[in-house]
Amino acid sequence: MIIVKKLIKRFGLKNILRGLDFSVASGEFVALLGPNGAGKTTFLRILATLSRPSMGYVKVAGHQLPGEAAQVRARLGVVSHMPLLYPDLTAEENLRFYAQMYGIANYQSRISEVLEMVGLENRRKDLVRTFSRGMQQRLAIGRAVIHDPEVMLFDEPYTGLDQDASEMLDEVLRSVAAEGRTVVMTSHDLARAEDLATRFDILSRGVIAASATQKELQNTNLLAFYKQALAD
Amino acid sequence: MQSKPIALKILDVVSIIVLAISTYLALFFAPTELVMGQVQRVFYFHIGTAWVGMLGFIIAAVSGVAYLITKDMRWDRFEVAAVEVSTVFFFLTIVLGSIWARPAWNTWWTWDPRLTTAAVTELIYIAYFMLRQGIDDPEKRARFGAVYTLLGGVSAPITFMVIRLFRTIHPVIVGAANANQEKMSMNGDMKIAFFFALFAFTVIFVDLIWHRIRLGSLEDKVEQLKLKVSM
Amino acid sequence: MTNKMQNEEGRMQNTDSIHPSSFITHPSLLKATFAIVQKDLAAEFRSFELVSAMLVFSLLVIIIFNFALELDVKVRQSVTAGVLWTTFAFAGTLGLNRSMATEKDRGCMDGLLLAPVDRSAIYFGKAISNLAFMLIVEAIVLPVYSVLYNVNLFRLDLIGIILLGSIGYVAVGTLLSAMSVQTRTREVLLPILLFPVAIPVLLAAVKASNGLLTGAEFAEVLIPLNILIVYDVVFIAVAFMVFDFVVEE
Repeated sequence: MIIVKKLIKRFGLKNILRGLDFSVASGEFVALLGPNGAGKTTFLRILATLSRPSMGYVKVAGHQLPGEAAQVRARLGVVSHMPLLYPDLTAEENLRFYAQMYGIANYQSRISEVLEMVGLENRRKDLVRTFSRGMQQRLAIGRAVIHDPEVMLFDEPYTGLDQDASEMLDEVLRSVAAEGRTVVMTSHDLARAEDLATRFDILSRGVIAASATQKELQNTNLLAFYKQALAD
Repeated sequence: MQSKPIALKILDVVSIIVLAISTYLALFFAPTELVMGQVQRVFYFHIGTAWVGMLGFIIAAVSGVAYLITKDMRWDRFEVAAVEVSTVFFFLTIVLGSIWARPAWNTWWTWDPRLTTAAVTELIYIAYFMLRQGIDDPEKRARFGAVYTLLGGVSAPITFMVIRLFRTIHPVIVGAANANQEKMSMNGDMKIAFFFALFAFTVIFVDLIWHRIRLGSLEDKVEQLKLKVSM
Repeated sequence: MTNKMQNEEGRMQNTDSIHPSSFITHPSLLKATFAIVQKDLAAEFRSFELVSAMLVFSLLVIIIFNFALELDVKVRQSVTAGVLWTTFAFAGTLGLNRSMATEKDRGCMDGLLLAPVDRSAIYFGKAISNLAFMLIVEAIVLPVYSVLYNVNLFRLDLIGIILLGSIGYVAVGTLLSAMSVQTRTREVLLPILLFPVAIPVLLAAVKASNGLLTGAEFAEVLIPLNILIVYDVVFIAVAFMVFDFVVEE
């Protein structure tokens, strides 16, 4: 579903990604872990078509980037630490706007469906500015799945959430966003990543330093694996 | 550290020589203009600086477009060089123009279309530098800079047109600013001084641009070395 | 109306049979532009944050001009156009800044860029919204000014000039606000970037408005009018072509 070969991203003279190889099979849930400045967000922004690769081969959902960005965008949902919602619009209006931007024909029923999935059908007429951080983040998930994308990207979705809200988000992420989709998530929260993902890739100094599936990790825990990978 | 190319060294010397010759031609060789007297001699340098200022302005807009198409950072360095050099020369043009204007029209400043457009262009340049100052990512800085020089390049000629049209409708300011210049008949020696000034400033312009581009690539090199050290 | 209803029904019946992941299409430029305008207007009509700020600012500027220029009957005739356009230009930057900041602050710009629509839809959508805000403010300032100074500014020809001038101003302003919002200095930078480039449109607009208000011959108004049209066309075209470069990374 996602194939990346020898990806290089430069900001000016600084190399953020240095020949990164990465691939995700259909249906996999990959957690992208790594220290600050390793290039996780940059990498995710490239996958999301928001940033252009300096060099290398990137293919998402069967389309190559940056050339076929429009096709990729139609098959891609993104949840970031920012909600990407308009505070002066209601939950419903926000979803309607994005539904129109994705060219969804019969959006009224889809909006109701999505609101129900993220558990906000009672608040559909309320302004987003009145929502708690956790509710906003759930609506953000609804926004990201409105067009039923094949690939989901989560960029630090737990930032700024307390324990309860995180747990609730876990539920929604698992059932709404990840179910039947290919997912790449960046996170600092190893425990949650361990819970959700089927594979763990450690991004360090612009390349994937180590990778392990959930099965391979059964004996060791993720934290030990993470520390080991960064120490190498 | 690469040393200065020989061609550039030669060009430096040539620049100084042509500037000296042009100064001599303007101050001593050309005859004194009958109507305006000695102050008219400032005209040779005024036109020379204005010419290369405009040349720089056009080069900047063109390299901006070239950068947007090719995304080659060398065009960005070219653009910055052209803008920086052009800023200085337009400033000189305005100052020299004022020196001329004081005795000729009895005022330091007139809202003449050329003068005003030069001033507006200076403001566009200042805005350009402030824009670049506010961006950290060199690639984005180059992109935004290129877009802005393009906008400036399209807008400045229209500004000139507008002010000119205003004046034809409203001839209120100081006498006929253009008529003075256009009517001024040049005899042979004056023409020599005039065209040599144009030539001299073009040489100086090329020399300065070259230096600025070289400085730009050296800056990049320093950045690169710094990165290597910090790794 | 009935036609539209039938259309809706037609779509309802269709969607059930379509495969879930194929129910999205790439919306046309027009539809995406319209969606953005609708969203901006809906948000604005709820909070009136932007328009009210522009409006209050405009009235304050006029009051200050009143005392600074001592707008008695004689002076007024010749400076009305200048006062109006200065006010519109200042209020305009306020609106342009705010409008783009709402996109940037919560990452909504990324949301727009993630949608499978042409980037020009974002430009046109934002530009039309900004134009609408500016026209609303102008539509309130004009009668207020008319009442305050007992001049009739409600003339079709003047409104036409104001529309043309605002279009040109917003066309460049929207592009530049998308740039300035991404810099460190943000709000401060927009007027500095915008004014030197917008000088032709502002001067031509003042000139044309002044010609109309002082009852000049039509030929005198025609020249600035032509410049306004040329400026509008040229800058909409340029902004349309370079907007991609301003939002991409």
